[in-house]
Amino acid sequence: MAKRVGIEVSIALAEAVKLANVDVIPAYPITPQTHIVEHLSEVIANGEVDAEFVPVESEHAAMSCCCGSSAAGARTFTSSSSQGLLLMSEILFIPGPMRFPIVMAVVNRALSAPISIWNDHQDIMSQRDIGWIQTFADTGQEAFDLTLHAFRVAEDRRVSLPMIVNIDGFTLSHVVEAVELLSQEEVDQYLPPFKPRYRLDPRKPITMGPVGIPEVYSEAKVAHNEALKASRRVILQGWKEFADLFGRQYNPIETYRSEDAEVLLVTMGSISETAMTAIDTMRDKGQKAGLVKIRLWRPFPGPEFRKAAGKAKILAVVDRCLPPGAICGPVGAELRSLFYKVPGSPKIFNFIAGLGGRDVTVERFEEMVDKATAFAKKRPKELYEVIGVREK
Amino acid sequence: MANTDAIIGWKTITFGCHVMEPGSSVKFRTGDWRSQRPVIDKEKCIKCGICWIYCPDMAYIQTEDGFFEVNLEYCKGCGICAHECPKNAITIVPEEG
Ligand code: SF4
Ligand code: SF4
Repeated sequence: MAKRVGIEVSIALAEAVKLANVDVIPAYPITPQTHIVEHLSEVIANGEVDAEFVPVESEHAAMSCCCGSSAAGARTFTSSSSQGLLLMSEILFIPGPMRFPIVMAVVNRALSAPISIWNDHQDIMSQRDIGWIQTFADTGQEAFDLTLHAFRVAEDRRVSLPMIVNIDGFTLSHVVEAVELLSQEEVDQYLPPFKPRYRLDPRKPITMGPVGIPEVYSEAKVAHNEALKASRRVILQGWKEFADLFGRQYNPIETYRSEDAEVLLVTMGSISETAMTAIDTMRDKGQKAGLVKIRLWRPFPGPEFRKAAGKAKILAVVDRCLPPGAICGPVGAELRSLFYKVPGSPKIFNFIAGLGGRDVTVERFEEMVDKATAFAKKRPKELYEVIGVREK
Repeated sequence: MANTDAIIGWKTITFGCHVMEPGSSVKFRTGDWRSQRPVIDKEKCIKCGICWIYCPDMAYIQTEDGFFEVNLEYCKGCGICAHECPKNAITIVPEEG
């Protein structure tokens, strides 16, 4: 039976990995991800799970090792953050096209310079196009549930793609929350053993990772992209079966008080929790504001987002990342593309907020809604604004 | 180069781009781009097999009399064998035409 406990979110996520009966964890510590792999190294050392912990010399080696172990048919997990994720970058593009279902928790953190250990989404946005399935958790329960979902979806033979669960550094990873931990029997009911379509086996040798000459490179890239897009069905099915078994339903796009809203805040990750409080405050004042949360970032759920946005006239899209020299933030750009020239589409304004651990408060969300409402009447010079930055 | 246009599309390419057939590199004629070739002087050769060991394309084959011969289907003309031969028995000569 599931039991509800007060637990640090990093540890809850690590417990999900343990319950998934992982085989190999190549990992390198980096703040704020460290607690996850630290806990996993302990449970392996204590014999609580029969797995191999590989204390690699760098994140580049961690991801290389993940590729090798996944190719050999082992259920593989790792975790990283920030500069560590960037050191992995060269290898991160490889497991997608090679169809290795590695599961990784990315504990989102800002990028240097200046040095910052605190939370925003610059790390994952810099790796947006690595070709992994990517979800975002808002709470500890979601971090636990989405990790199990990630193994289930990634390893499904119809998918066979790597998958990232994003959790915000510190503001989510290091807080103690009430989390319902599933029992081993419950997890085993949901997550079948990993049976890869192909694996490295000396008795049946195959070559993985050959050269893609110009005559086949495009086809290989399109095959990967189509597999990523097609994973959508299995992602949804994985969530539906999770709901059937355990009662918690997840969706690619979640909404909060959005039905009759004129202005919609759009968020990703744990700030959505504060945004919900802000929506309640604004609703109390009679403002028709609502919230749309993006849970599935890749493959981007376009139709679901359009449906969730409904008849809203204005979208105030929050980005946790400032891409220098760009037209606007990555989430803002995605949604502007999605709605471009769609009849009756909402006006989209982009706000960059919460960089390097800056708190995004209820008042800040109210400010964004007010500003977006004003911008809808008088078009601003820039497509985005950095919220709360001191102009002096 | 094989006419892949006619055979492989994104729907028919192998899963993960894996090559499912072991030993398929013999089908890849690395001799295609050779611009020079090794010529062995049997007078100097001591049949040590260093050329056979070092050749990156495994182009050498040992014949019944113990000497080594190059299979030009695979020799890419890199010159490593000539560089490594302890007796300087191998000369690299340009391909004609
Ligand atoms: S030239 Fe290079 S490829 Fe050719 S036989 Fe010598 S070592 Fe092998
Ligand atoms: S390395 Fe030189 S001496 Fe040795 S077998 Fe080859 S050609 Fe003969």
